[in-house]
Amino acid sequence: METQVLIIGGGVTGTGLVRDLALRGVDCILVEKQDLNAGASGGNHGLLHSGARYIASDPAAAAECHRENLLLKKLAPHCIEDTGGLFVAVAGDDEAYIADFPQMCSACGIPARPLTPTEAREREPALSDRIIAAYAVDDAAIDPFKLSLDNMAAGLQRGSQLLRFSQVTGFETHAGRIRSVQLRNTLTGRETHVRADVVVNASGAWAGQVAALAGIDIRIRYSKGSLLVTHHRIGQRVINRLRKATDGDILVPGGTVSILGTTSERCVSPDVIYPEIHEVDHIIDEGSAMLPVLANTRYIRAYCGVRPLISSDDEEGDDRSVSRGFALIDHAESTPGLDNFITISGGKLTTFRLMAEKTADQVCRRLGLCQPCRTHMDPLPQTGDARWTEPGLTPSLWIRQNDPRDMLLCECEMVPQSVVDQLVASIRKQGGDPSLNAIGLRSRIGKGPCQGTFCSQRLAAYLYDRGELEQDQGLRELRSFMEKRWRGQQPLLWDISLAQAELLEAMHSGVFGLEQLDKTQG
Amino acid sequence: MKTVCPEIECDLLVIGTGMAGMAAALFAAQRGIDTVQVGMTGELNFASGLLDLLGMHPVAKAQIWSDPWEGIAQLIHDQPDHPYARIGVDTIRAAMETFIGFLNTAALPYRCHAHQNAQVITPVGTLKTTYARPESMAWIDRALANRPPCLLVDFPGLRGFSAHQIKAVLHERWPDLRTARLPFPGLTGELQTERMARRLETPVARAQLADAIRPQLGDARGVGLPAVLGIARTQLVFTELQQALDVPVFEIPTMLPAVTGLRLRECFERQLPQMGVRARYQQKILPTPSLAGDCFILKAGGELPEVQVRARAIVLASGRFFGQGLHADRHAIRETIFNLPVHQPADRSQWHRKELFHDEGHPIHQAGLCIDTQFRPVDAQGRCVYPNLFAAGSILAHQDWIRQKCGSGLAIASAYAAVQACQAVLGQTPQAATA
Repeated sequence: METQVLIIGGGVTGTGLVRDLALRGVDCILVEKQDLNAGASGGNHGLLHSGARYIASDPAAAAECHRENLLLKKLAPHCIEDTGGLFVAVAGDDEAYIADFPQMCSACGIPARPLTPTEAREREPALSDRIIAAYAVDDAAIDPFKLSLDNMAAGLQRGSQLLRFSQVTGFETHAGRIRSVQLRNTLTGRETHVRADVVVNASGAWAGQVAALAGIDIRIRYSKGSLLVTHHRIGQRVINRLRKATDGDILVPGGTVSILGTTSERCVSPDVIYPEIHEVDHIIDEGSAMLPVLANTRYIRAYCGVRPLISSDDEEGDDRSVSRGFALIDHAESTPGLDNFITISGGKLTTFRLMAEKTADQVCRRLGLCQPCRTHMDPLPQTGDARWTEPGLTPSLWIRQNDPRDMLLCECEMVPQSVVDQLVASIRKQGGDPSLNAIGLRSRIGKGPCQGTFCSQRLAAYLYDRGELEQDQGLRELRSFMEKRWRGQQPLLWDISLAQAELLEAMHSGVFGLEQLDKTQG
Repeated sequence: MKTVCPEIECDLLVIGTGMAGMAAALFAAQRGIDTVQVGMTGELNFASGLLDLLGMHPVAKAQIWSDPWEGIAQLIHDQPDHPYARIGVDTIRAAMETFIGFLNTAALPYRCHAHQNAQVITPVGTLKTTYARPESMAWIDRALANRPPCLLVDFPGLRGFSAHQIKAVLHERWPDLRTARLPFPGLTGELQTERMARRLETPVARAQLADAIRPQLGDARGVGLPAVLGIARTQLVFTELQQALDVPVFEIPTMLPAVTGLRLRECFERQLPQMGVRARYQQKILPTPSLAGDCFILKAGGELPEVQVRARAIVLASGRFFGQGLHADRHAIRETIFNLPVHQPADRSQWHRKELFHDEGHPIHQAGLCIDTQFRPVDAQGRCVYPNLFAAGSILAHQDWIRQKCGSGLAIASAYAAVQACQAVLGQTPQAATA
């Protein structure tokens, strides 16, 4: 295979870059070792920052956030729920920080409108009565899955390609250039290579590992953040704690749920990460100071992501003090120098478009092209493929459609067969196999209170009936799907969730015996 | 103001209406013990209806036992804390025989081999090891040995049950399977197994189903169907369908909640009151009972007006978390009615492993009530908490019924042992069980 630009990493940056380059008429292949948004792009708050969170730690990034926030609200409104946001301080919070907050915001050009505690509680009745200060800001909720799927779809439409489950295993270099990139399919083990004029490393937390394959040393700090999904939506707006950024101080609503986070824990590898029980408890304890209801609400799922922070040295301290701005590294200046290799890392969801733009500018310079960026002007097209991740969307469509033959496979999130049909078609269109995990990633299946107890096998049976699964392939997929869901449930198993998990195990292990797959039996 | 509510008196109060509670009430009634049983019966709907005795031990090796009694002997040797070790093989055997004997007389026939586990097909197409299974699933063992050509039938609208999936998964082991998807007589759209089963209790629906299957038979020497062949009249439905098709028919369990569990529930709900059990199936025992002399005073609340129960002895068979016998908050596990000491891991980080299907199983399943030789819950020092409180079923500690595939055996045998011990305390002479 050959292409002008090979992009490594299918997160928001990589897919954003595909679209940006495609709009400039550049031919791309995106390779992703798992599936879209498998890394930090899928493991974050889904928060379109107003910028106010970074006013103290990184004023430049704060201002950048605010500009991108306004731009994305205009150009990709279908990915955004424009909730607005609040910053609230609780009795006992740092009063100097509270006093400086409005000036710091205005210095970064970020609007922050003061509210009295009473006004804040009128808007958000779940807020604690111990609120002492409040400001309204331009935060919003953004769906990172939609964003990536739509960016990728826009690229595909213009002739770009997507290779999922394709891991970079090495680079063939010659005379200071990468000649070809070796790939291994993580499902089949099949090896291929792609020749490209320019290679972009947009692999987020894996950027250091990928660069190392080319003999280049980039030091990445792995900062894990964990988040919790509530059973019900709590509040209408994004609610931030008005204090220096720390743990458990942001609650972001999205559709029918809310997401509480986060933590910041250094970890040694981005590959095997779990939301840990002590993090969960810490987030809940911190969050309930702002919103007492968080102490007793039901949580459906925990998840985590690794923030890729490029570090210049080994300094210790809170990783939040490291710049959230991004790093664009042209490896012509690295040792060994490679003229057609670029790494983009760091940054945040809110600024993904800007990161893609700056990277594409550099790619074009390397290709000797001068087509300008269009993503700050052209609206992001909405494709049908990407809309099924939105909580609460499929129920309303299903009810409106009212076709008794179109049965619900997932009752918690009300995902009917017809949605699965569309997802299968779109995955096929992208050259992939519609596995349970691929469909789960692109929809709300398995994301409700039952966490896949019932819908996983209903989906498997349906895919068998459609002829998409053969022999015992479905059992392996069922097991893998359930293991993926388990990661998110395991730290949250108390009260009703624990009873639910007991039923889950009674069915999937007690009856189906999925734990016995591939084991020698007596 | 003091609220007055009616009081009922009994020798034995069975708390719980899952497999262990039903078994305890049955054994108590058979022994002529004056028994009241309280609990919400919905739980049994989530039973698979398969009577597992011991399928797997050690769990970490995923070793399957074809002779459950050999497996139990090994388990008792390896895990002296396991409830089976406390019960003993002879009592387990007597309990199973009595229980299965009862079902056979109650028109819910079960079949088992004396010294051999059986296999059934699961809705995902795997084979599950169990001990006694409904008569309607008994032919599967022979079919798995001979692999004759068979027809698997499913119905549009029955989600999570695909004959095609079962055929695909079983393909290597049993190549001669065919499938047919047939409309279910008289029902369209989304099918619920309970409605299907009730429908098949009518002769018209049975005839229609047989007529729909017959043209598909071809060379099939057996027909597999999802387990929807009736509830109370399952024996009749099963026999008639076999006669109408002139080939053996077998049921394949569906996803939970399943009709196979519902059959057990309805059977007990029908039979136990006839045997003299005073059943209050829409109520549950409320927390924190009091003591009056040697008796427990408890409140039963729920749909009916509250009553007070005065009981000389109690068998606690309230289940685990799903049955609400145990409850956990973020920090600890407690027993919900008496606040009995619960054996449990040090903290929540040790409850579950990071992999769902981890080889060793999850430590939280070993949590529960520790008991003395008389099946009475004990405290951390091993002292019996109440001399007349006994415990049975999945609430007991030191077992993992899901992984060990011993749920029903544990429920039935511990209920038998607890009732036996209770009878001794009540001061009645043990008498031979009468059906």
